[in-house]
Amino acid sequence: MSYYDPKDLRKFGRITEWSESLGEKFFDYYNSVFKDGALTPREKSLIALAVAHTEMCPYCIDAYTKDGLERGITKEEMMEAVHVGAAIKSGATLVHGVMMMNKVNKLDS
Amino acid sequence: MSQTKVLQSLHKRQSPLAQTERQLKILEDGIFANGDAPKFGHKIQQSLGGPLKTVNLDILQVNLGYMCNQVCAHCHVDAGPDRKEIMTKETMEHCLKVMESSAVKTLDLTGGAPEMNPNFRWFVTQAKARGVNEIIVRSNLTIIVANKKYHDLPEFFAQQQVHVVSSMPHWTKEKTDRQRGSGVFEDSIKALKMLNDVGYGMPGSSLTLDLVYNPSGAFLPGDQEALCQDFKERLDQSFGIKFNGLFALTNLPISRFLDYLIASDNYEDYMWALVESFNPAAAQAVMCLNTLSVSWEGYLFDCDFNQMLQMPINDSRQHIAQYQDDLMQGRLIKISQHCYGCTAGAGSSCQGAVT
Ligand code: SF4
Ligand code: SF4
Repeated sequence: MSYYDPKDLRKFGRITEWSESLGEKFFDYYNSVFKDGALTPREKSLIALAVAHTEMCPYCIDAYTKDGLERGITKEEMMEAVHVGAAIKSGATLVHGVMMMNKVNKLDS
Repeated sequence: MSQTKVLQSLHKRQSPLAQTERQLKILEDGIFANGDAPKFGHKIQQSLGGPLKTVNLDILQVNLGYMCNQVCAHCHVDAGPDRKEIMTKETMEHCLKVMESSAVKTLDLTGGAPEMNPNFRWFVTQAKARGVNEIIVRSNLTIIVANKKYHDLPEFFAQQQVHVVSSMPHWTKEKTDRQRGSGVFEDSIKALKMLNDVGYGMPGSSLTLDLVYNPSGAFLPGDQEALCQDFKERLDQSFGIKFNGLFALTNLPISRFLDYLIASDNYEDYMWALVESFNPAAAQAVMCLNTLSVSWEGYLFDCDFNQMLQMPINDSRQHIAQYQDDLMQGRLIKISQHCYGCTAGAGSSCQGAVT
């Protein structure tokens, strides 16, 4: 058995079976988030795709790549969204470099 | 998506899938045979409380032949320049008789490229004279610029007040050409401009130009309204093109699209996606309830898809020459698992989403 099975994505809804009210609350919330609001569903789909990558969740990458295609989002738009996620990820890593610098300066100057 | 370039029809390539029995066997096997997924008939029974039956005849959809100037990768007709099947004038006359005698409101002309039938213009003019409310021509656009003899089609359409419905899988060249052949995007843009020039799709004009969007790969169409908005903005900004509405169609797993699904190892996932997006509201509005499809030879089918699968209507009168109104009143519709394509999400018909 492998840890990730693409078929498991289809079973996502089943998490409700072992905790009905929490599961339903989650899916209610989830579905509300993606409705048309101050952001369009198209914009939200691209954000979801970027986060799917930073979270490195294969299920979400699978789901939001398909969702993007369904919405007519181009592969260039998708790749730019992934770069946004990657830039924030690497920025977040690098900005911690300041912490390291502070520590070095405190301990060894 | 990797894709083999299709330059010939399945028929020409003598692909095993050119045999409709083979397609139907694939559709009935797999997840449906082993009981993993419910069969379409079962789903319909569950949600409608009975089988699908015709209600009345609103739309007569006539396939004027399988000949086409394009060889699109996913064509459900398996059309192309190598297909010589063409409807005769005699069969058209039978169709005209039905338009006179029945309450049919819309004549929907399809193909192949219906304009390539030598009697196309005659047929449209005759149907118009019979007073049918609406004549739809499903034009692939490129035919208009393919040959000099077709350049005046926009004027002809305008004169006859034809409702033009044209395929456009995406507003980018890359995606359109990959699905429909290289150069198709630019020719389609040229043809759309010619249609706009005679008034099609223009604000305040009575000439209607709708686009048909169908996904370029193994995924379902998104929200029709949102896609329409996107197409409108992009085609207007980049090319100044205007159109009225956009019909988002689901690709049905038959013919060349089935071939593609299998070759790209997407078949099972795609069938699951269709099954899981089954929408009971769409099931109540499938187009076969009020549509009759006529093949180039005059045979009758529940829809264009059943025509391509060679599943004739469930009646002994199977030819347009034998048409009687009771054929459309409560006749059982023939189904297989491809029908899930009509009931997925917002539903899909030749007029787009049904819910
Ligand atoms: S233009 Fe239409 S009929 Fe012709 S090959 Fe393409 S999908 Fe088929
Ligand atoms: S494929 Fe044809 S017969 Fe089946 S549901 Fe769709 S329109 Fe009806």
